[in-house]
Amino acid sequence: MRRTLLSVLAVLACTGPARAADGFIVVQSTTSTQNSGLYDAILPPFEKASGIGVRVVAVGTGQAIRNARNCDGDVLLVHAREAEEAFVTSGYAIGRKNLMYNDFVLVGPADDPAGAGEAQGIDAALAAIAETRAPFASRGDDSGTHKKERTLWADAGIDAVADSGTWYRETGSGMGATLNIATGMDAYALTDRATWIAFANKGNHRIVAEGDAALFNQYGVIAVSPEKCPEVRAASAQVFIDWLLSPEGQGAIAAHELDGQQLFFPNAEQGDE
Amino acid sequence: MQGFGDAFVAAFGLIAGFDADLVEIVGLSLGVTLSATAFACLLGFPLGAVLAVGRFPGRGALTVLVNALMGLPPVVVGLAVYLMLSRAGPLGALGLLYTPTAMIVAQTILIVPIVAALTRQIVADLDAEYAETLRSMGAGAGARMRTLLWDGRFALVTAALAGMGRALAEVGAVMIVGGNIDHVTRVMTTAIALETSRGELALALGLGIVLMVLSLALNALASGARAGAARMAHA
Amino acid sequence: MLRLVASGPGPDAAIRLEGIALRRGGRRVLDGLSIAVPQQGITAIMGPNGAGKSLCLRVMAGLVTPDEGAVMRGAMLEGRQDIALVFQKPVLLRRSVRANLMHALALYGVPRRRRREHLGELLDFGRLAAIADAPARALSGGEQQRVAMVRALAARPRLLLLDEPTASLDPQATAAIETLIHNTAASGTAVVIVTHDLGQAGRLADHIRFLHKGMLAEAAPAAQFLLAQKSPEAQAYLAGKLLL
Repeated sequence: MRRTLLSVLAVLACTGPARAADGFIVVQSTTSTQNSGLYDAILPPFEKASGIGVRVVAVGTGQAIRNARNCDGDVLLVHAREAEEAFVTSGYAIGRKNLMYNDFVLVGPADDPAGAGEAQGIDAALAAIAETRAPFASRGDDSGTHKKERTLWADAGIDAVADSGTWYRETGSGMGATLNIATGMDAYALTDRATWIAFANKGNHRIVAEGDAALFNQYGVIAVSPEKCPEVRAASAQVFIDWLLSPEGQGAIAAHELDGQQLFFPNAEQGDE
Repeated sequence: MQGFGDAFVAAFGLIAGFDADLVEIVGLSLGVTLSATAFACLLGFPLGAVLAVGRFPGRGALTVLVNALMGLPPVVVGLAVYLMLSRAGPLGALGLLYTPTAMIVAQTILIVPIVAALTRQIVADLDAEYAETLRSMGAGAGARMRTLLWDGRFALVTAALAGMGRALAEVGAVMIVGGNIDHVTRVMTTAIALETSRGELALALGLGIVLMVLSLALNALASGARAGAARMAHA
Repeated sequence: MLRLVASGPGPDAAIRLEGIALRRGGRRVLDGLSIAVPQQGITAIMGPNGAGKSLCLRVMAGLVTPDEGAVMRGAMLEGRQDIALVFQKPVLLRRSVRANLMHALALYGVPRRRRREHLGELLDFGRLAAIADAPARALSGGEQQRVAMVRALAARPRLLLLDEPTASLDPQATAAIETLIHNTAASGTAVVIVTHDLGQAGRLADHIRFLHKGMLAEAAPAAQFLLAQKSPEAQAYLAGKLLL
């Protein structure tokens, strides 16, 4: 009881408005990084070393970028290269850096009714799904994963959206919710590997297709510009980004494993503006 | 059925283990919802009394509006408050977004209509009983409203509990304005949403059971207090 | 239209109604009613059902505004709470007797530090000290009416109006109320009581006003009226004959 009371009081004490000199930053990020437990792994060492608290708001990439545009975030950590670069061009960001990568995988029912697993390459796998009109659960929410998925359909020459509501189902939801729906309706889905490994409701789904170069998934980190957003906690944000790109940060990312598998692969030194 | 069994096991484990994270989340849920309920009563009781007893043009329309607002979707309230509190919005300078304060604001707005609408009905029923007597005693509108509100205090507790229940159960508003940030703005309902998105269905349901136990405890407490006070005050 | 009259109600009257007309649902329920209430003593208003007795009382209290006529209040009735009204069914708040009376005292603007003193006087006057802390609505009908009456007296009114206060009470409770009424009148308050009960009128009234079909049919001292009535309506009423 006492601990509850203290927790309540402690948390309510943090309810006041923040000033730039305060010891925390807000990071707008994706559901895939949160669901895979990455932040639980890398934030504690950073917070301990720097004394800066990191508050992660995990929404879809599209929403994260919009929130950052509203100046409601200090750092943007997402995985949609084109959208990130557009954000930089618009002047809201001070540059963009590569942070880490992993890959996307196609998951589906264990018996693979569409035969997507036998296909060579992701284009053929998707074509098999479209031909057999096997159910496919799409994010449908303008997230990084969704943008990648749309690109893959386009590269395969398939207009899946035209069949929206039939075999192609747009959930408009985060990765986890979409996977719940996919396993619930025996549908295929595109997901990043980290979320899939961490996902606890796999049902009898498995990875059906992987390894195609087109499934490469790059994460970028961006600092929100103090020119467009005067209230942004620029100094603290830069400390965080520097740490992420440093050997300590990159090492913490690499060390994060689940089920004996590394989920994210740091690649900051291959970075670019 | 296996899912439910796992859920109960998970719930029991959570409660018995007195998991520190869970305590923190429960504490925040209570803090946010109880605060919002208190503020909603502060606003809703007088509003309901005015709607019941006042005579002014547009009273009927306002009553219909308040009743309709009981059906406000929480996610809509969350969006509206987000737009207000966002840095890009009118109250952005306050820096309240992604704080428990923002969650309290959103939940208060959400449940004021329920509290006001129920209060209006309670006070109107009492007014039918007392109007002539109070008028003959020379009571003005203000005195009449205060008298009726105090007289209806037991029924008003139920109105407050209705509001509290709605706030405790909602996820749309607190998710958007709070951001479900670990150790800062994560409450029971957003934690349930997160665990569901992680596929941890048994754990999510277990948290749901804990939430229901909490709600049960709060209502039992209020009921007991009510009965005790009622015994002391009236037939 | 209600005429505002500059002149008072006359030398001996606490309040006077002149030519009051009131329509309810198309019917003239008060039809040229002119009645004066003496400043001293207890006035009983009597008459058959539908004669307009209760409405007459409410017009006096200012709760109902007539369509025509004048309401003239004497100098002693200038204050807002100089007239108090007790209804047939007491309506008490969901609180203790004490809290009910304190609420009334606050409403009547009695300063906070004087309230305890007044409260004590009221409890004594109504012999309510023993049940002061009981929930008011849990009391018997007679006890509740005593509280309601004492509550009306908390305003220290110069004119007390009672609308059939003992109609639902047993003889013992009735006697208690009548004692209170008697003591109130003795302390200088003008009292008007609407009653069906001839015995009550005989016990309490100094003056009788008899109403019929929304008009004053007869006004006389009580002793005289109860012995022999002048108007045919009053005669028929006291003889127990149905009046149309």
